[in-house]
Amino acid sequence: MSLYNARRIFRRAFFLLCLGMVVAGLGCGRHEPPADLTIINNIEPESLDPAIIVAQADMRVVSGLFEGLTRLEPVNARAVPGLASRWEISPDGLVYTFHLRTNLVWSTGEPIRADDVVYSWRRALDPKLASDYAGQLYYLKNGKEYNTGEITNPALVGVSAPDQFTVRVELKAPTAFFLDLCAFPTLDVVPRRTIEKYGDHWLRANPLPTDGAYTLGAWRLNDKIRLIKNTNYWDAANTQSKIIDILPVGSPSTALNLYERGQVDIVWDKELIPSELVDVLLKRPDFHAFDYLGTYFVRFNVTHHPFDDVRVRQALALAVDKSRIVKRITRAGEQTTSHLVPPGTANYESPQGLDYDPERARKLLAAAGYPGGKGFPRFEYLFNAAAGGGGKVHENIAIELQQMWHDELGITMTLRQVEGKVFWGTQQRMEYDLSKSSWIGDYDDANTFLGMFVTGDGNNETGWSNAQYDKLMAAANQQTDLKKRENMMQQAETILIKDGVPIIPLYIYKGMNYFDTNKIQGIWENVLDDHPLRTIKKIKTGT
Amino acid sequence: MYFVRRILFAIPLLLVISLLGFAMCKLVPGGPFDSERRPASPEIERNRLARVHMDEPDWKQYLRFLGLVWKKDANGHWVHEPSTWNLSLKYRNHDVADVIEQGLPVSMTLGGLAFLFAMGIGIPLGFYTAVKQGRWEDYGGSLLALLSFCVPSFVVAPFLVLAFAMKLRWFPVALWGSPWHMILPTIALGSYFIGKVARLMREGMIQAAQSEFVTAARAKGLDEITLMFKHALRIALLPVVSYAGPMLADLLTGSFVVENIFQIPGIGIYFITSIENRDIFMTVDLAVLYAILLIGLNLLVDFSYTILDPRVKYE
Repeated sequence: MSLYNARRIFRRAFFLLCLGMVVAGLGCGRHEPPADLTIINNIEPESLDPAIIVAQADMRVVSGLFEGLTRLEPVNARAVPGLASRWEISPDGLVYTFHLRTNLVWSTGEPIRADDVVYSWRRALDPKLASDYAGQLYYLKNGKEYNTGEITNPALVGVSAPDQFTVRVELKAPTAFFLDLCAFPTLDVVPRRTIEKYGDHWLRANPLPTDGAYTLGAWRLNDKIRLIKNTNYWDAANTQSKIIDILPVGSPSTALNLYERGQVDIVWDKELIPSELVDVLLKRPDFHAFDYLGTYFVRFNVTHHPFDDVRVRQALALAVDKSRIVKRITRAGEQTTSHLVPPGTANYESPQGLDYDPERARKLLAAAGYPGGKGFPRFEYLFNAAAGGGGKVHENIAIELQQMWHDELGITMTLRQVEGKVFWGTQQRMEYDLSKSSWIGDYDDANTFLGMFVTGDGNNETGWSNAQYDKLMAAANQQTDLKKRENMMQQAETILIKDGVPIIPLYIYKGMNYFDTNKIQGIWENVLDDHPLRTIKKIKTGT
Repeated sequence: MYFVRRILFAIPLLLVISLLGFAMCKLVPGGPFDSERRPASPEIERNRLARVHMDEPDWKQYLRFLGLVWKKDANGHWVHEPSTWNLSLKYRNHDVADVIEQGLPVSMTLGGLAFLFAMGIGIPLGFYTAVKQGRWEDYGGSLLALLSFCVPSFVVAPFLVLAFAMKLRWFPVALWGSPWHMILPTIALGSYFIGKVARLMREGMIQAAQSEFVTAARAKGLDEITLMFKHALRIALLPVVSYAGPMLADLLTGSFVVENIFQIPGIGIYFITSIENRDIFMTVDLAVLYAILLIGLNLLVDFSYTILDPRVKYE
């Protein structure tokens, strides 16, 4: 090849490269109709399969696509009829008979029948699917047994279809919150034929049959999810917006900038509020903070010396001035707490736990053999970096606790920050002394919090076990009388936060979001931070 | 022949890279399914691992990743087991190939623009400062170049957003979709490389200007402009070209910082998040993809040497 030719080829290649880029650049200008509503949700959903997802942000999108026998109403997030129009509950609370609406069809037009419900629930329990949240169906007769492989016949699971519009559910024990669970995504009804045809990729079938208020218009990774009104939805007449764009954004400042420039209407995840600005932003009328079913707390590893002594745990709990944490660090008006279950939980009011009492704390520590902290071994506090806008929240709380325990009790704590996945693994293997913890309620019932510390629960992770506590919790979940049930749970929680103290509850989370209430209608503040997409509407202001 | 040999040699190299990547992922503590909430029973945890064959010994997982596992079926025939290379542990409804297919064109467009931007400003800047060596233009230009590669993109990008998107409102603050969306990210991504290119160019020019063939040409009475543009420039470009290969590989595979700040649906973000998520197969796939681009572009660099410098010959 002569040099001249080579040079010519090289120049041409370069020219083509430039041209290609310009064309690619122009070609990227997509022509889609504008959305009626644009929402920043959080990062890209892990999946849109209701049986697979675990993150609350993912559930907010999926709840627009799929529905269960019940659905949550937008004001207080209580369960109301969804695909089932009514139901009967047997007097012992063990058998639920749901009656499906007779006009149900998938967005593609095929009818939805009771068999689809049975299929969906069995699928969520199928060990091959390996759903993280299969536990939500363990309340069913043989639910756990099928999921853990003890039995292999799905027909033995307590869900059946006596006729095409009736679903009969048998439970292991009366479950006060079962109707709330029916609205939880894991129990949503999903399209059997599409799933059997496409396997793990079924959500990218086109068209995708959905039974919620929306269909999936587009799903581009890290770009956007476009939801289009499902005209076949049983309640389509009340769906407020035709096209909703969900943007996956992980950076709080990017979310704020997009909102300020008017490119998005709603930003609705507390992780997307920059923590450095939280007190300033919350003064604005379009920023909202509200009570939320989430608690921030500290876990003790009760198998590690000296935290195997309950007096030491009580001393540490009594020496924490929680108001310093919410005033100096979190600053969104959070409420401090001495108990685990957040106020506002349905049918439940928590007993008081251990409040700030440094005098008593010192006495207890002395009684445990460490007067003035003398001889107390060094111990470690394990935490990770906070997600999204959380920034240094966990670190700052750790430093504050370190300081308080040093000043009040004369003991020395070292801090150990680890990366996310390492943190969860270390906590699960209980290779820590104290660790940062938090819990967000899955449904509006005290059991989602208190159930965690029953002996053997996978989320206990403290090594704490109390026979009386286990007995009370088991009895409470058998109880159909709500008042008696509350009383048993209160006794159990007292054991947890006063006598056993495997945890120190610090504060109750605030849910946070931002949108202009003059422009957006249909979002109510509720303790689950759940806002069905179908009720949200942008008022056209003519601009 | 030389280039064919190089391409053949790349295959074992890629295997070594995938093995190293796989081994490193395995050495890192924490697994893909460790999370805040533990499932209701240990069986679920086991099933999750079994579903993606991560309950097998590590060596077998690697062989499976390469697609080198066969199993005897009920009739005694050896059946090929599907490879796991395409599995994303985090994004269950997507293959790694989908993720790359959706993200790579975006990152390549942005990276290509940033490359042109860096070259388009860096080369003239380096050339100019070299020609004006020792004068105030040289100091001014060199300072500019120094500044551009000292200020990282996570500082440049928010500054550009604040100034040109929030205050002046000339450009969109983020997202992707029109040529207007590309301008700020291109500058944020390319600015670091302007400085690099300008400095290499300046040094190359100064050296070329002092070389014997230039002195000889000057003695023959060739005018300064022809000399600089036609003869010195070509030689001075050599260091820039050798740097351009790895630089382009870097740019085409996206940037976590820029894609995160401008919310661009590229592939750069996965280089970080796949590791954070312990999405092991995706991590290794991306490492191999990067290696392929790097090897390919280096090959292209060596090839372009033969054009720029007639003295270079490969046997």
